[in-house]
Amino acid sequence: MLGFLIQRILQAALVVLAMSALVFAGVFAIGNPIDVLISPDATQDIRAATIAKYGFDRPLWEQYFTFLGRALHGDFGQSFVYNMPVGRLILSRLPATLELTLAAVLGATLLGVPLGMYAGYRPQSRFSKAVMALSILGFSVPTFWVGLVLIFAFAVNLGWLPAGGRGATAPLFGVEWSFLTADGLQHMILPAINLALFKFALMIRLARAGTREAMLTDTVKFARAAGLSERTVLLRHVLRLIAIPLVTVFGLEFGSTLAFAVVTETIFSWPGLGKLIIDSITSLDRPVMVAYLMLVALFFIVINLAVDLSYAALDPRMRKGRA
Amino acid sequence: MIDRASPLARFFGEFRESRAAVFGLVVVGLMIGLALLAPLITPQDPYDLASLTLRDARRPPGYVGTAGFTHWLGTDAQGRDLLSAILYGLRISIQMGLVAGAIGLVLGASVGTTAAYLGGRVEAFVMRLIDLQLSFPAILLAFVIAALLGQGKWQLVAALVAAQYAYFARTAHGAAAAERHKDYVEAALSTPLPARRVVFRHILPNALPPLIVVATVQIASAISLEATLSFLGVGLPPTEPSLGMLIANGFPYMLSGRYWISIYPGVALIILIFAVNLVGDQIRDQLNPRLRR
Repeated sequence: MLGFLIQRILQAALVVLAMSALVFAGVFAIGNPIDVLISPDATQDIRAATIAKYGFDRPLWEQYFTFLGRALHGDFGQSFVYNMPVGRLILSRLPATLELTLAAVLGATLLGVPLGMYAGYRPQSRFSKAVMALSILGFSVPTFWVGLVLIFAFAVNLGWLPAGGRGATAPLFGVEWSFLTADGLQHMILPAINLALFKFALMIRLARAGTREAMLTDTVKFARAAGLSERTVLLRHVLRLIAIPLVTVFGLEFGSTLAFAVVTETIFSWPGLGKLIIDSITSLDRPVMVAYLMLVALFFIVINLAVDLSYAALDPRMRKGRA
Repeated sequence: MIDRASPLARFFGEFRESRAAVFGLVVVGLMIGLALLAPLITPQDPYDLASLTLRDARRPPGYVGTAGFTHWLGTDAQGRDLLSAILYGLRISIQMGLVAGAIGLVLGASVGTTAAYLGGRVEAFVMRLIDLQLSFPAILLAFVIAALLGQGKWQLVAALVAAQYAYFARTAHGAAAAERHKDYVEAALSTPLPARRVVFRHILPNALPPLIVVATVQIASAISLEATLSFLGVGLPPTEPSLGMLIANGFPYMLSGRYWISIYPGVALIILIFAVNLVGDQIRDQLNPRLRR
């Protein structure tokens, strides 16, 4: 087990290293940030001095190793646009994305799983068919368009909810959160619904597929034969059978929702990480781009590692097969 | 009773039983037809600048324009008939979805089946890479690649393929790996046929059903992904106005209540994707051995 653990962690570290090289080279190819940094009428001397200050005159590999050395110490450089350390910039944007993502994924699960279980329990009923149609719709409708419709319906037409921004925030543990104020919550409703829609459809499908298969198992047959009520069978046995894949997907989806938030945050001007990356790509803010992409890569690699390791802990066959 | 119908005939027989799927297929066919015939049936060539006047700009649906015909879905900021623009946009969106889907299918299926055939370390390494890629959200990957490559039709196709081929590779590998050790493959390999022929003529056809299912899903998601990227400004150039770009162009006017510029192209997009998914859903249910009747 220890050997497997070490092997997997080494593998993950190698992947992170490869990703950092890829990201660095890729971002380098997007464009030269010099033209953004220096005003066109600056003198040759100022130009040369600025280029030297950021190290743009060095060869790419040297810039990469300087970056790598600093990154290992947690220093991702200064943002060109915001003129503050990238690490702090990203940390300041993280809570907004985190609370939005959490609200969306939780909402989608709490609503989607019961509906999906019902659709799997009574696949032929009218209600189940409607739920399934709803889930196909959730997959079919592009996120950004739903966002537009939500803004048009609830913000422009009805005027019930704000169209964008984060609203008032209140501090908790030294971080500003929107969900603690009524105004912030109001601002959160539309983007959270927008972000949740796809996950909602996914949870319905997973729960339905799992339930349909679970209903045919001996567990359910025996539970019924023992005289348990259908309610108990569903809540005690079926839910337990389908819980493992649901939890796995919940974890993975939480990660991918962070990425999906790019679209939602852009539409609703939600000042989170997703908006930050879009803005940094359009303004060629290289340090922010590199740091964000590295953070996302690291995040997904850690999630995958955790999933792999927990599977290995649960299922000895996986260990044998791969190690 | 022995079922004498060929597998294909049986497949279509079962397919016909689902009214939703037949409806989806009809809608997809209709939309492809409309898109193909767009230059013949639209009242206006939306990209012939000479036929546009600013006097007609941003008119609501049903407005009769200076050219004398009714703009059933209104006009956009340049005075373009929206219905015509949507049909032209449909052409580009469908084209992007099919091209990206087809390239992704060919590339992914080749990678997946070849890995399954070769086995050993190569297989382990390639599939590990693919798994790693699959753990990243496709939209983020496509977004970054599209931003790196810049605007352009082929750049966008490359971004879509890069984001999607892994799904095909994973599926093809799974199916091919299951076939690899069956007797008929061993038998084919024991003849002096070249390995390439065994992979493509014997293994691949048997790995095809799950690939077809993935293909329908991926074509729909390619269309949606293209629209999203174009909406975010890293997709197609303005010379290729897909549905996503029409929606993006209308976004600023939405806040002042001119909903039609964004909403109607979106409706067209959704009908298209929804219909493709209805068909794909039925095919999946039919090909799923665990739900076989």
